[in-house]
Amino acid sequence: MSLTVDENKALIEEVLKAYPEKTAKKRAKHLGTFEDGKPDCGVKSNIKSLPGVMTIRGCAYAGSKGVVWGPIKDMIHISHGPVGCGQYSWASRRNYYIGETGIDTFGTMQFTSDFQEKDIVFGGDKKLEKIIDEIEDLFPLNKGISVQSECPIGLIGDDIEAVSKKKSKEHNGKTIVPVRCEGFRGVSQSLGHHIANDAIRDWVFDKTDPNKNTFEATPYDVAIIGDYNIGGDAWSSRILLEEIGLRVIAQWSGDGTIAELENTPKAKLNVLHCYRSMNYISRHMEEKYGIPWVEYNFFGPSMIEKSLREIAAHFDDTIKANTERVIAKYRKLVDEVIAKYKPRLDGKKVMLFVGGLRPRHVIGAYEDLGMEVVGTGYEFGHNDDYQRTTHYVKDGTLIYDDVTGYEFEKFVEKVQPDLVGSGIKEKYVFQKMGVPFRQMHSWDYSGPYHGYDGFAIFARDMDMAINSPVWGLAKAPWKKAA
Amino acid sequence: MPQNVEKVLDHENLFREPEYTSMFEAKRSQFEFRVPADELKKQIEYTKSWEYREKNFAREALTVNPAKACQPLGAVFAAVGFEKTLPFVHGSQGCVAYYRSHFSRHFKEPTSCVSSSMTEDAAVFGGLNNMIDGLANSYNLYKPEMIAVSTTCMAEVIGDDLDAFIKTSKQKGSIPAEFDVPFAHTPAFVGSHITGYDNALQGIIKYFWDGKAGQGPVLERKPDESINIIGGFDAFVCGNLPEIRRMLGLMGVEHTVLCDPSDVWNTPTDGEFRMYDGGTTKAEVERAINAKATISLQAISSEKTLKLIKEHGQETVGFHYPVGVTGTDAFLMKVSELTGKPIPAELEKERGRLVDAIADSQAHLHGKKFALYGDPDLMLGLTAFLLELGAEPVHVLATNGDAEWAAKVQALLDASPFGKGGKAYPKADLWHMRSLLFTEKVDFLIGNTYGKYLERDCGVPLIRLVFPIFDRHHYHRFPTWGYSGGLRVLTMLLDEYFEALDANTIGIGTTDYSYDIIR
Repeated sequence: MSLTVDENKALIEEVLKAYPEKTAKKRAKHLGTFEDGKPDCGVKSNIKSLPGVMTIRGCAYAGSKGVVWGPIKDMIHISHGPVGCGQYSWASRRNYYIGETGIDTFGTMQFTSDFQEKDIVFGGDKKLEKIIDEIEDLFPLNKGISVQSECPIGLIGDDIEAVSKKKSKEHNGKTIVPVRCEGFRGVSQSLGHHIANDAIRDWVFDKTDPNKNTFEATPYDVAIIGDYNIGGDAWSSRILLEEIGLRVIAQWSGDGTIAELENTPKAKLNVLHCYRSMNYISRHMEEKYGIPWVEYNFFGPSMIEKSLREIAAHFDDTIKANTERVIAKYRKLVDEVIAKYKPRLDGKKVMLFVGGLRPRHVIGAYEDLGMEVVGTGYEFGHNDDYQRTTHYVKDGTLIYDDVTGYEFEKFVEKVQPDLVGSGIKEKYVFQKMGVPFRQMHSWDYSGPYHGYDGFAIFARDMDMAINSPVWGLAKAPWKKAA
Repeated sequence: MPQNVEKVLDHENLFREPEYTSMFEAKRSQFEFRVPADELKKQIEYTKSWEYREKNFAREALTVNPAKACQPLGAVFAAVGFEKTLPFVHGSQGCVAYYRSHFSRHFKEPTSCVSSSMTEDAAVFGGLNNMIDGLANSYNLYKPEMIAVSTTCMAEVIGDDLDAFIKTSKQKGSIPAEFDVPFAHTPAFVGSHITGYDNALQGIIKYFWDGKAGQGPVLERKPDESINIIGGFDAFVCGNLPEIRRMLGLMGVEHTVLCDPSDVWNTPTDGEFRMYDGGTTKAEVERAINAKATISLQAISSEKTLKLIKEHGQETVGFHYPVGVTGTDAFLMKVSELTGKPIPAELEKERGRLVDAIADSQAHLHGKKFALYGDPDLMLGLTAFLLELGAEPVHVLATNGDAEWAAKVQALLDASPFGKGGKAYPKADLWHMRSLLFTEKVDFLIGNTYGKYLERDCGVPLIRLVFPIFDRHHYHRFPTWGYSGGLRVLTMLLDEYFEALDANTIGIGTTDYSYDIIR
């Protein structure tokens, strides 16, 4: 069921009672209800998580290595520090790519400096130097190296910038990028995105010879920014952009290469999917190279159509005409998907809790299938994300920022949605409760969900989650009667 | 248009459609500026060579694809094994997100754990306030009966003192003075996840036996007839600990499992989320001091814990992940010796069945060469089992194994005719293993999910018997210990053998004369 504004308020009040007073006061600012006409969702965001509440958030390292840098496939990303961070994030984000792993691409590998006590005591710079030399010896076809700092690096005073410069010189100007994404920086993954963006600006753009890898420019050159190719998302997006006559010269950063990054300043337009994680570099390219950028949303046909037209509006009539043709071409598939799945999903209620983009971006796709999102929140969104969310949510939607394990459980218990979309840490909690669930970070090992090809998969997945016979088995028949 | 509503194409087929393959080709040729094909081919071949192997083994600083995780992961494993206990990791919050995800991907279960969410200011001023607030919040919100604290590397580098911080938190009233908060320092830059398991378990036992960090009586040992069991960090914990309990039950041996997460990582879907379920109770931990002896199934994974227990006057016995007939025999005989209880006929019959199964199938595994990697205890146990089957362990590797471990493996190998030519590789990683598999070929690989990259690169079929297992479901629910566990491991080895044999003979009209219907 969906609740009214007043019922939401009562629910929030009830949930806050479990906290110590000081904590309740702080958490109250992150919980609210969207009311029509308001400029944002009425919640505070991008603030430190409270200790001990079981936040779902990760860290800056996760935002840099895990999100922004990790998918760049022909570079080697060193998890610099103890072994764990690299181990837990090893190939777990499903950033699909094509390449000879271990030879000329390295996306599903875990390179670590595996810090020992002596490295903490005496510093790890010497070790890092040796690691870079060993990488060059054993993996000579790599096109660049990034140093992803884990917590200790910033605490023990290592100078990874100096090491990177020195080694770059020794290895014929090789791109070596020090990234200060220590996990204790900032309040979530979000600062890691920002730091990673800045590192690309300072250590890739500012250090690259623009004539290194050239191609003939066209008026239709665009770059996909902020698509990590989860389950192939960037590919099922790229195909549409190319079908309307644009030429995608770079993918940031799913299935991306360092050459694509370096050549992005040649784009005529940057199309930005994940605003949260890559608005920084988009703004920079606008300021420095005069490249305009446009946000788009490739989840579900309504948003795809709207986005394709908005992107086309930046180009000539040929592109605009192509766009209408492409939309018409896919109409048949869209109609078939909706005809098949909408009757099974119509009126179903969804609660979401995802990262920095999907809590709003996927709402249209659910609505295309007749479903309603009754609660949503961001793990690491900022106020500008909550402002953008107002264009997607309905009056009375429950909003929870940086939700805690306790709050999420209680909200779902009370609201009783037909589906929860969140992450691996949440999945089994709700399934135990008998609530259908889909992971909305990893697509639950499915996908792509972007584009028209992805929408068919999305619809099928939501149907199989909600309408699985298993949920009817959760209660033993002898208990059902009681 | 490749997509089809009648039969929705998933990623593994969608991207093979011509629309996509031509798109990939255009992307590659126009924008990726990749390495030329001949150069690529040369390097692919070079990495398979002895020369590359030597270079690879000469590495001193770089680690590539290690088979180990960091201490606090093991500490969380240990903490969830106690009744109504909330693991609390003091340090950066991202670490906890990682541990929870990691366990949930393996067990397909929720893993509850909190962090003290330390950030930059805590890095400067220390994390005391985070501890004070964090303990109060988690105590009020999640109603645990115990909070087990460990540390991330951040807290360790800045030198936060858990004992003092917890005491101060209690003084400040964040949790009641009598509330149990055992703790262990678990620096990620020392040892591995098994070290963290050991430290945390030792910390909990020490807390209850040695006077609750100065807040209770130091327990005095009054020896009884019971036996304590320590399972260690184990991928198959949900199957193994119940199996141990069952066998000890059949023998009539009173026992306490110290750290038992086999319920909380195996909860039902029945409409209720159980944040806590089962686990060793506090009373059991306290009683455990009186036990006649403590048996660890993974001695390397519980070295410090066993030392602590021994110092309290108890006999301790350490096994190395006993798998198969001889391993289970040794375990049961030791239990029998310690307790004076005979091994019952039922277990003897189970033993006979496992021997029967091995006799039925040994021809298929005899002389087959294996490479294996994983935690040190597990490697010793599996090596022994392979030798028992007449298989040949050739490469035995543990990223978190030391020279002492390697000597133990070597002794096992040297004692068997099937161990000739086998070698242990301590402190090595899976990129080393790749070189080994190319230069000294084997028939099968035993490892974790990440072994699938070796399976792909080197063409060696993988058998998943090592944590973590993300890409196969429910293995963790079955035991690998006991005679029934031996049967399970045997079946897994045989399944892979038969699958590989069928795959190798499946060519119609070319190789299918050997595609036998009876094997």
